[in-house]
Amino acid sequence: MSKMNLTRRGVLQTGAVAGAGLALPTYLSAAAHSGFTNAPTGDTVTLGFNVPQTGPYADEGADELRAFELAVEHLNGGGDGGMLNTFSSKALEGNGIMGKKVQYVTGDTQTKSDAARASAKSMIEKDGAIMISGGSSSGVAVAVQGLCQEAGVIFMAGLTHSNDTTGKDKKANGFRHFFNAYMSAAALAPVLKNLYGDDRAAYHLTADYTWGWTQQESIQAATEAMGWSTINDVRTPLAATDFSSYIAPVLNSGADVLVLNHYGGNMVNSLTNAVQFGLRDKQVNGKNFEIVVPLYSELMAKGAGQNIKGIVGSQNWDWKLENQMGDRYAGTNAFVQSFGTKYGFPPSQAAQTCYAQTLLYADAVARAGSFNPCAVGEALAGFEFDGLGNGPTLYRADDHQCFKDVLVVRGAEDPSDEFNLVEIVEVTPAEQVTYDPEHPMFAGGALGECNPGA
Amino acid sequence: MFGLNTKDTTLLLIVAMLTMFAPFILNPFPADSAMAQFNAGYPDLMQRFVIFGIFAIGFNILFGLTGYLSFGHAAFLGVGSYSAVWMMKLLTMNVIPAIALSVIVAGLFSVVIGYVSLRRSGIYFSILTLAFAQMSFNLAYSVLTPITNGETGLQISLSDPRILDGAGAARYPNLFGAEMNDATTLFLGGWSFTFSVGYYVCAVIMLLCFYLSVRIFRSPFGMMLRAVKSNQQRMNYTGLNTKPYTLAAFVISGMYAGLAGGLLAAMDPLAGAERMQWTASGEVVLMTILGGAGTLIGPVLGAGFIKYFENIFSKINDSVLHSWFSFMPDGIEDLMVTLVHPFVGKGWSLTLGIMFMLVVTFLPGGLVEGGQRIGRLLRRKPAKDDSASGKTEPAE
Amino acid sequence: MDAILLQLLNGLDKGSAYALIALGLTLIFGTLGVVNFAHGALFMIGAFCAVTMQRFLTLSYETIDETKKDFLGNPLKVSSTYVESWFGPNIGSTIIDWAVPIAIVMAVPVMIAIGFVMERGLIKHFYKRPHADQILVTFGLAIVLQEIIKYFYGANPIPTPAPDMFRGSFDFGVLLGFDPNAIIYPYWRLVYFAFSAIIIGAVFAFLQFTTFGMVVRAGMADRETVGLLGINIDKRFTIMFGIAAAVAGLAGVMYAPINSPNYHMGMDFLVLSFVVVVVGGMGSLPGAVLAGFMLGILESFASMNEVKDLLPGIDQIIIYVVAIIILLTRPRGLMGRKGVMEE
Repeated sequence: MSKMNLTRRGVLQTGAVAGAGLALPTYLSAAAHSGFTNAPTGDTVTLGFNVPQTGPYADEGADELRAFELAVEHLNGGGDGGMLNTFSSKALEGNGIMGKKVQYVTGDTQTKSDAARASAKSMIEKDGAIMISGGSSSGVAVAVQGLCQEAGVIFMAGLTHSNDTTGKDKKANGFRHFFNAYMSAAALAPVLKNLYGDDRAAYHLTADYTWGWTQQESIQAATEAMGWSTINDVRTPLAATDFSSYIAPVLNSGADVLVLNHYGGNMVNSLTNAVQFGLRDKQVNGKNFEIVVPLYSELMAKGAGQNIKGIVGSQNWDWKLENQMGDRYAGTNAFVQSFGTKYGFPPSQAAQTCYAQTLLYADAVARAGSFNPCAVGEALAGFEFDGLGNGPTLYRADDHQCFKDVLVVRGAEDPSDEFNLVEIVEVTPAEQVTYDPEHPMFAGGALGECNPGA
Repeated sequence: MFGLNTKDTTLLLIVAMLTMFAPFILNPFPADSAMAQFNAGYPDLMQRFVIFGIFAIGFNILFGLTGYLSFGHAAFLGVGSYSAVWMMKLLTMNVIPAIALSVIVAGLFSVVIGYVSLRRSGIYFSILTLAFAQMSFNLAYSVLTPITNGETGLQISLSDPRILDGAGAARYPNLFGAEMNDATTLFLGGWSFTFSVGYYVCAVIMLLCFYLSVRIFRSPFGMMLRAVKSNQQRMNYTGLNTKPYTLAAFVISGMYAGLAGGLLAAMDPLAGAERMQWTASGEVVLMTILGGAGTLIGPVLGAGFIKYFENIFSKINDSVLHSWFSFMPDGIEDLMVTLVHPFVGKGWSLTLGIMFMLVVTFLPGGLVEGGQRIGRLLRRKPAKDDSASGKTEPAE
Repeated sequence: MDAILLQLLNGLDKGSAYALIALGLTLIFGTLGVVNFAHGALFMIGAFCAVTMQRFLTLSYETIDETKKDFLGNPLKVSSTYVESWFGPNIGSTIIDWAVPIAIVMAVPVMIAIGFVMERGLIKHFYKRPHADQILVTFGLAIVLQEIIKYFYGANPIPTPAPDMFRGSFDFGVLLGFDPNAIIYPYWRLVYFAFSAIIIGAVFAFLQFTTFGMVVRAGMADRETVGLLGINIDKRFTIMFGIAAAVAGLAGVMYAPINSPNYHMGMDFLVLSFVVVVVGGMGSLPGAVLAGFMLGILESFASMNEVKDLLPGIDQIIIYVVAIIILLTRPRGLMGRKGVMEE
């Protein structure tokens, strides 16, 4: 160790190594020469796709991975081009990114902050990935985003819905296409008012971790603003599998709406339990008892089976969007077509967000003319685009959050096949879900300086 | 040398050589070759190898010597990480205070848990430690979020006070200015080898820990702990109170765990609650048994083995498989990919599970016994029946 | 008052799941002395017996409906089940509806067979090995079983509903003179409670009143002496292993409608079931059952809002707090035998 006289960043003291009898080593530290981490040197560029492959979200991760593979294929000029054809920006030419062929590496986040960071680090340190994307939970997204900021690569968040990702934990190198808890609440509130009236008493069951709290806070604020009252907010352990003891007291509490701020397995179980207790067949305060699940996903609908019927929630995107709501959502059908042809089923919202994020990154590089994260970040910040399936969208410069229309959906009463488990109730326009960057639910963080690495 | 006998000195020197040259040893394949997938010589994984090595060495001092199987050691790892990150948030990004605090806090925590849990033995002890660790995990995930930042994990941020650091101080964990993530790469022909500050800091600490553990194993104190394992009742009948000894062993191994946690945070300033979950406690148990409980080097091998599968095998996806088998005719290539597919990428834990079963079934002394067998083969001596492996015949 | 009664019901229901899993575990762990980390996986496989039966009954053929379109715009493939086409729509759909109870018939032999294979093929060689080795091998086995299930069924939960007549809930409150909706409880959970009571009773009766059970109990107490009497205790232990696997599997089959099964549900229950067995006391079947119900009831009470307001987060740790208190006040758990796994 005494021989390793390492000083500041990137400077190599070759004495010890050269002294070991090796002929003049051709050493270089890529960073020192190009000014940013993992600058692509050859005719290829490597992207890192970090998704859950084990654990409860493995299926969602698998769908994200499919979307990534498809995006890479399209970027390299393969397949039918998918949403490249509908994308409003035409900087991408189907020859990779700036003429460099796109390669990718994959890793397993295990939906644990630690494992996700280890996996992302190996992509950055070992494989030379210049951008990390993917993920299926906000905890992981925030952790990996922090890592990418430190390492000097771009993070294009996958599925993450917590306000914190672009709120108090926002980072200059991190970008989120997916919507967030505040937007869910803002989109849901008017629809809930139409469906269930403005005189309702809500009972919240909330997963006891940061995403659950921001979700609950957002929904409570939005529903109270339109006249609902909140009877109680009960925190449930994340590890809980049986929610009976939390659901049993609901009916006798005077509440007539149950809001389940749960995601994934938690949501499948709590909804199944709530339906078992017969809540949906009951009348309270002279009204039908209703259940609301603010954040929906196709996989959760599948897991909950028949229990999902008639339950209202929100989504970032749905594969039926263009068919039902018109060409404002152009790109949706192109994506569904190429995804469906390749894999045999329609993509999930997680897949769409990951596909869009990959294209957006590649496009930003092409427009900036550089892989330097700071240049890419500049190209993405404030970027307005269309044709990626969500309608006109803005990547806001203040917090790196995308603003676009939000879907309100409902479990289908009589699905024609397993791909039609949810139906679109309404699309809330982007203006209604836009908020001030200094909104109290998002305050407390700062983007900071963009970091290109050394 | 160093107060050790010849055999132990040799072992220590071998371990020292292995850790110092790890960047070479773990990167045997040229960076552009298809086999580069199996290279493990990048800073993050090498750091994990030695840090979890420290964790397992410490665990082995308790389990290998006294036979007390703690199922809650991850709590100390987690507490160590949290204290280290807090130190880096409040005081300075220099890792020394962070690591020192993590050892101290984990030590205090283990005195409390050890004092209570050691009132019982056997499975009752295991469940008591498990209960304490699970309590810590559940609380850290929810109610204690102001301290632990819950699910997301505690991170450093620009707005932290860091009262000892001036305006121009390093923004990343460092050792008197040498940043942990500083690295330098040596290109030699097709090969590339990365040397990082963080790894060598961890490696030196691990060598010290390893040396300390050898000294403990060979000391009268270590002898006393072994006596506890073989027959605690007899010890008690001779009028000797064994509890101070077992408690000391528990606290020492708790401090090792805290050190490992502190180092994890020093290499990558994040402390997540999952580090305290029972699966993390179980992992160190598996590492120790897999490598060979009660042996000096076994736990380190076990730690490396598990971390290798978790980090390397999980990254092998179908396109990598296709590139491996691309020299074969198309049909056979697809067949090979289909056959290998379930065991790599998202199936890495399946492979790990199979390896657990194979190792424990055929190598009752763990990986160390495998090493011994290979060693004997190389020396071309017929294996002796009474080999020290402690092999037991199966029932019947 | 009604809230307390309601949580008592809840606790009994949770407790019956805990007790059933712990009962199987304690047959292997508390008596054969094998630390079986694969027990949760057996429970999970039981639940997937229900899923498999449901899949089997809904095996279907596809016909093309030209009038409808699928998501790609091609003609929609409509699948209809063989069962419905053979037995007619009414009887057919009833059969499918009853998939979970029917799965019991399949689960018993399957689980016993898995138990036999596990014991003969693997565990047998580990009776005399250290507990640490048993942990490693059974943990490895648990991972392998779970990954196999994941490979075939995916990671997403699979809805496995109870028969239609058991959906919905029963209003106890009205019976007891409370307001309507004060104490309601789902039918299927009541069925689960009754079912587990029957299984627990049957296992006890089997061990208590049959010669076989008597020999096994003698073997648990002193294996060597029973062996010296010329009784082939090993064969009986194999059978006990099969029974334990069947108990775990049945607990899983019946649990499937309560929460949609997924491949890692076994791991979720694993730690808990060890805590239950040890709190009950090593080597004691009644202890395991008692501890299961006790922890279930206490967990339910701890999740009442009144309690949570007083002690935030108590519902997350109640089980561990109780475990620590019991183990510190009663050295061998509730009803543990001296000398079992104490060194």
